[in-house]
Amino acid sequence: MRHTTSLLTALAVGTLTATVAASETELTVYTAVEAEDLARYAETFNQSNPDIKINWVRDSTGIITAKLLAERDNPQADVVWGLAATSLLLLKSEGMLEPYAPAGVEELDVKFVDGDNPPAWVGMDAWVASVCYNTVEADKAGLTPPTSWKDLTDPMYKDQVIMPNPNSSGTGFLDVSSWLQMFGEDGGWEYMDALHENIARYTHSGSKPCKLAAAGEIPIGISFAFRGAKSKADGAPLEIIVPSEGVGWDMEATAIVAGTANLEAAQKLVDFTVTKEANEMYNTGYAVVAYPGVAKPVEHFPEGLLDAMIENDFEFAANNRAAILKEWQSRYDGKSEAK
Amino acid sequence: MSEISINPGTLPAGPDIKPKLSRDDILMRGSMIVIALYLVATLVLPLYTMLSKSFSTYRMELSQYEFQVSDDAGQFDGTILSGDALNEQIGAFSGTELSTGSDGRLSVTELFPDFSFRSPVMYQIRNTSDTGRFLVGSTLQDDTDWVMLDSNEFRRVQLRPVQSRGLDNFVNYFSTPALFNSIKNSLWISVLSTIVTVTLAFWFAYALNRSCMRFKGVFRLIAMAPILVPSLLPGIALVYLFGNQGMIKELLFGASIYGPIGIVIGSVFFTFPHAFLIISTALAISDARLYEAAASLRSTPWRTFWTVTIPGARYGLISAAFVVFNLVITDFGLPKVIGGQFNVLAVDIYKQVIGQQNFEMGAVVSVVLVIPAILAFAIDRMVQSKQVALLSARSVPYQPTPNRKADRIFLAYCCLIGLFIVGLLAVCQFAALIKFWPYDLSLSLKNYDFNKMDGGGWGSYINSIKLALLTAVIGTSVVFFGAYLVEKSNGFRTGRSIFQMFAMLPMAIPGMVLGLSYIFFFNSPSNPLNGIYGTMAILVICTVTHFYTVSHLTAVTALKQMDREFESVSSSLKQPTMKLFARVTVPVCLPAVLDISIYLFVNAMTTVSAVVFLYSPKTTLASIAVLNMDDAGDIAPAAAMGMMIFYTNAAARIIHLIASKGILKRTQAWRGR
Repeated sequence: MRHTTSLLTALAVGTLTATVAASETELTVYTAVEAEDLARYAETFNQSNPDIKINWVRDSTGIITAKLLAERDNPQADVVWGLAATSLLLLKSEGMLEPYAPAGVEELDVKFVDGDNPPAWVGMDAWVASVCYNTVEADKAGLTPPTSWKDLTDPMYKDQVIMPNPNSSGTGFLDVSSWLQMFGEDGGWEYMDALHENIARYTHSGSKPCKLAAAGEIPIGISFAFRGAKSKADGAPLEIIVPSEGVGWDMEATAIVAGTANLEAAQKLVDFTVTKEANEMYNTGYAVVAYPGVAKPVEHFPEGLLDAMIENDFEFAANNRAAILKEWQSRYDGKSEAK
Repeated sequence: MSEISINPGTLPAGPDIKPKLSRDDILMRGSMIVIALYLVATLVLPLYTMLSKSFSTYRMELSQYEFQVSDDAGQFDGTILSGDALNEQIGAFSGTELSTGSDGRLSVTELFPDFSFRSPVMYQIRNTSDTGRFLVGSTLQDDTDWVMLDSNEFRRVQLRPVQSRGLDNFVNYFSTPALFNSIKNSLWISVLSTIVTVTLAFWFAYALNRSCMRFKGVFRLIAMAPILVPSLLPGIALVYLFGNQGMIKELLFGASIYGPIGIVIGSVFFTFPHAFLIISTALAISDARLYEAAASLRSTPWRTFWTVTIPGARYGLISAAFVVFNLVITDFGLPKVIGGQFNVLAVDIYKQVIGQQNFEMGAVVSVVLVIPAILAFAIDRMVQSKQVALLSARSVPYQPTPNRKADRIFLAYCCLIGLFIVGLLAVCQFAALIKFWPYDLSLSLKNYDFNKMDGGGWGSYINSIKLALLTAVIGTSVVFFGAYLVEKSNGFRTGRSIFQMFAMLPMAIPGMVLGLSYIFFFNSPSNPLNGIYGTMAILVICTVTHFYTVSHLTAVTALKQMDREFESVSSSLKQPTMKLFARVTVPVCLPAVLDISIYLFVNAMTTVSAVVFLYSPKTTLASIAVLNMDDAGDIAPAAAMGMMIFYTNAAARIIHLIASKGILKRTQAWRGR
């Protein structure tokens, strides 16, 4: 027993010394930005704001959204930096965001700023749907590359396509909502009915279909362009296809959480997120950023991606999310018996 | 304290004698209440919160809204329409359409059949009470002021639900085929896996206990290996073996490994050691006289097998079957990795909670999953209580006799099983070292660069070891002390049996359910224990509680072997019980104490289901990292991390073995006499 007590004391002492920090403002920032980018983001921010310390809380989009909604009555975050706009709209509709017009917001592409004045959130960059096509495996299976979404319903691709389940993946949801917007309500569901015939399975995460295509588990993975470019850079025999009808997209965006005790520091952070400097920083991974004229081409990104981005109605996506997911589940999840 | 017996026939009725509680008794009862309260706070209350959450529903209350509609010139005549009355008139929504989730929205224009967003008609809308909420676009309106909107804006009005209580969630669940199909799927794969595992494990245990084949020690070791890895690791191995780029996918003849086939093969792997241990114990004890009798009655070996061997092992077989069934039906990691489109209950909970943020529906699925788990557990307990001693004082232990042909067949069989177990592990290790399967087969360590992957990096591995050590130390102390109190304190019968019941409960509660109930209970701002949410403490508490029962049973078994006279002697020597506990009980029971701690350590390293809802970015765990890396498509690094868990657990086992040898030599010398 004595050992237990001394171990516990040691632990307690350890935590105490760790929490003694300088008298700077600390911000709790929730994010879904890829883990490897976070240190870089904080460092760039601290160059201009050395007195504000960022404590990251990072997880995937779905989990961070769930966490924020669960903490509705007792918010823990000061700022959300890098979460899907559809998720931020959900938070906005719960009255959880503090509207704020950051200095210099007028420089941004209006598509990337919330319509309200002052805006509840401001965008950073866009992630865009794409099709990852494994040329080696497709050749083996005797497939020709698809050029459009409609092509993917060709019986030739039976059981050769994987896409993310919209019920668990933000990427999956942006695909579904873009089809419903492009093909209309009825046309969209008809399209998905046909596509469902060719789907081998639905994955939980949005990056997995592309990684599975990269590994040759499946010839075609419906995923997003950023992931495909990364796998291609790793040496996978991938071609990133931008379907001709246009592609769905969602943006990463920033917002202040209502009720934060550090409003001033939070505003400073949001001010920074819309600067040219910050947008150049986003551009390392994302080909499309909110600040016009900043984006340089990203290696392995498909051409014409920008023009293919559809006129995305985020409000439609957020307000119909529950109904769309329910419909999707009853159509495709119920049938998902073993084949 | 000795009992005084009173014979009412010979003695006049005296005053009621109430034994006076000694300081020790008070101390022991006090401690027992403290540990019981711990179990209440970490098990009973969270489960209750979850149950009540499953009845928490969201409904559109149309009576909470009032509308005014203008004429074409934009003039209002002052008529106020209630949403309820409108719906009754038009019948736009049926009762079931109005029940929804916490995220539900209802487009208000459905209530106005004449609505056109191009018309010049103006609308006004307001909440009639403070609880009413509606959205204009994404802007929340929750006061009772009138809001005036033109037709095009009115189109964007969405009503939001209010919270109420009822059975709507369950109705919803059973009217969604996608959801309740999972019940059938779960039961089906659990039954199939149980049959296969118990059959395979029986013959394996039979070979090890009833034949004279060689290398028994090696096979015993191999059979226990799956306990050291998370249940999702065999799934990853199966992807490499039978996936579309699998090494030997031809063996499946075109069938897909993603689905029931994969789940069953993987389940057999990870439940095998559990079934083997139980059946092996049952087969180890047998009375040679029965076999002699059978032989002298000229029974054929076949007949002897069915009339002597199987009945002798029946309790073990039944118990093994229910344990395996319970493990499979509550497992989450394996179907998540290899289940493909085959939905099972445990994965449904995860999808509802993490994917759709529908916590209420998650609670409903949890309630559904608890039912078969509790049933299986209850039947198992009943069967075990019927088990009587097979080995009486006059029994003669059965000694197998060499039989060259049979021994060879058994050896071949055990080799096959051994190959299956070692093979799956070896595939994982191999995959972890390959640079980019299947296009670049050169060896590399890049899959061990966990810091570059989603899932928490090497930090999560360190966290796992911390969790395992803390769970082992704290868990063993709490469990053993609790078992001591319940076993050795005097009187207080009701209190002790309630405690016993609490201690058995965790076994019946699936990890997913426990984890989800912890979110509901500890994440509520009104809970004074709210502070531990998102810390290592909640992970330790959850893991200790999750694995409480088996540890408790081990401790009780060891304590039962100690005579209660120790307590009597110590009290007559006027020694405090705690001194006895520290000086005598713990040292004597040290083998059991060490067993409990290694059991908790290994399980804390491999557990996924209970902690998947509870980890925070600062407390990511290795087992969760395996899950998340696989989820993100980084399958090789997932295999690499899984094998790190295996090596850590194997090392812990070896250290445990060496340590127990050393310590036992000192403390258990008395057993040698």
